[in-house]
Parts: sequence; structure tokens; C-alpha cells
Amino acid sequence: MAGGTGEAGGHGHGGDGGHGSDGHGHGDGGAAHLTLRGYATGFFAAVFLTAIPFWLVMGKTFGSSNTTAALILAFAAVQIVVHMVYFLHMSPKSEGGWNLLALLFTIMLVVIALSGSLWVMYHLNHNMMPASMMNMHSMP
Amino acid sequence: MAAESVFAAGAGVAGGTVAGGAAGAVPRFYLTREHHPENGTLFGFWLYLMSDCLVFACLFATYAVLGRNYAGGPTGGELFDLPLVAVNTSLLLLSSITYGFAMLEVQRGRLRTTLVWLGITGLLGAGFIGIELTEFTHLIHEGAGPQRSAFLSSFFTLVGTHGLHVTFGIVWLITLMVQSAKHGLIPENRRRLMCLSMFWHFLDVVWIGVFTFVYLMGVLP
Repeated sequence: MAGGTGEAGGHGHGGDGGHGSDGHGHGDGGAAHLTLRGYATGFFAAVFLTAIPFWLVMGKTFGSSNTTAALILAFAAVQIVVHMVYFLHMSPKSEGGWNLLALLFTIMLVVIALSGSLWVMYHLNHNMMPASMMNMHSMP
Repeated sequence: MAAESVFAAGAGVAGGTVAGGAAGAVPRFYLTREHHPENGTLFGFWLYLMSDCLVFACLFATYAVLGRNYAGGPTGGELFDLPLVAVNTSLLLLSSITYGFAMLEVQRGRLRTTLVWLGITGLLGAGFIGIELTEFTHLIHEGAGPQRSAFLSSFFTLVGTHGLHVTFGIVWLITLMVQSAKHGLIPENRRRLMCLSMFWHFLDVVWIGVFTFVYLMGVLP
């Protein structure tokens, strides 16, 4: 199954004859070893992590929306990690760590964009409440 | 290894200019490989995916802000058909694993089975797009088009952008199937297939966010 993984997806630039015996074993860069086991593990984990949120929502398992929302967001986060590891072959070693660094930077920007938008817009909505309602509070 | 190559490249250029005057004294250097880091394409493509991720982050943020502004129109709970979304999700997930099988066959150097798996992947992707388009036309037919409310505008933008990505992924997939059938699994085609693999799996990752955040959380009371 794992036969011939070493030279398989490796040479991105048609490197003819150039690579000697030294340290070129990780030619696949982003994906050092593709194995059936890896894909199967990822797939079954993903099926499991997808089915449960659907079941939680469609079966109305919890009365509280907030509990359900928190749970399915947690499942989504775990599933994203599963996909990253097993399908996108993300590891601290891929491309000498640059892939992971780029990913972490992106995650930081995504978190800022999402939480920042929600935060700002929540306060905007709060402060832009119709004047009549604002006055209600200050009236005797 | 890469640093060595760069050095050799620099020395090669210098040697070339000097060699005109005093040949023999200067050793000649040959650049046996391109002197950028190996698999720079894959890393570059990863950076593209990360920037694409930011595009989706902005769309998600827009949806997060506007997703409950119904303007008196229909809500997500009234519009979304969860069983259909479940079918769609499983189609995309299945297409991810079949693309994985295709990559395993690429690794073994088997062209025919690679093409079969890629074909199945393409069909699953096309099924996904088909169901999504059916859903969209149904919504628009019901008067719940993108212009109905802020919620629907942001919904169509986010889900539509994802669908557009999948569509272009299918176009790319067909292109690579033709190229692989024509030229075989040459290094260039392997590299391209690897890039598309990342693209395809990345779209599945985005879809996790879509079905969780838009569909499942949209129907919660």
C-alpha cells in the first residue's frame, strides 16, 4: 500500500537527475506519506463529526439553543482539525514549518475579523437604538 | 540543499563573466537544478488557500452580523431543508475521500484508476452543485431571493461563493483529467493534482463552517 511513496509525488519541478542521495527524502513537502489508513481515519472521523451535529439539531436533542450551538461549533472545530491533518496533511514539519506558520497567521486574522465584526456591530446596534427607546430609560 | 544550489547559481554567474578572460583558472559551476526551494509551488498554493480563507472569513463575518436581519421576511428555520443539506454535505465529504483515493493511485503511478477516481470525484462535486442550484432556484422561486433581506443577501453571497469555488474546482478537475490522460502522470501533472487536492479538501473545510454556522445554527430557534 505504501509502496513507492518516496519518489511518488515528489519532484515538483521535473528535477532531472539533480537530486543526489542527500536529504531529499521528504520530496513531497506538503504531504510526505499518503496512506489509505490516513484517508480512511480522516473520513470516518469526519462522518462521525458531521453526523452528530445534524442529529443534535434535527432531533432537537437539547432544549436550549445555546447549548446546541456551542456543541455543534465545537464539533465543527474538531472536524476542521481532522480535515487539516488527514486530508490536507498539515503537520508542523510540512514545508519546513512554513505551512503551519501561514495557517496560524491566517487563523489569527480570521479570529480578528470575526470577533471584531461581531463586537463592533453588537455595540453599534446597541448604541443606535431608536431614540424613543433610549428616552424611555432616562424618563422619570 | 537549496542553499547550496543558490550558492552554485551565484558562483556560476560570476564564473561565467570571469571565464571570458582567464579560462582554466576559474572552476566552472553548473546549475543542475532550479534554484528555488523544492515544491515552492505547493507552498505558494497553500498561501493562496490562506488568502482565500480570508475571503471566506469576511463573508462569514458578514453573515454573522446580518444573518438574523430578516426584514420581516422568511427566516432560516422556515427556509432551510436540513435533510437536503445533509445529502449535500455527504456528497462533498465523499468527494473528498475519493480524491484521496485518486491521490493514492497517483502515488502508485496508476493512470487508469486515478482517472476513474477523479471522475467519481467530479461527479460527486457536480451532484453537490446540482443540489445547491436546485435549492437556490427553489428559494428564489419562493420570493426568498438575495434581494429579500440582509440575511438572504449574505446567505447567497457566502454559499454562492463556495459553490462558485466548487464549480471552478470541477473545471480544473476535468482539465487535469484530460492532461493526465494525454501526457500521463508526469511530474508536472502530479504537482497540479497535488494543488487541486489541497484546493478540493480546503473547500470541504469551508463547507464545515457553512453547514454548521449557516444551516444548523440558522434553524435553531
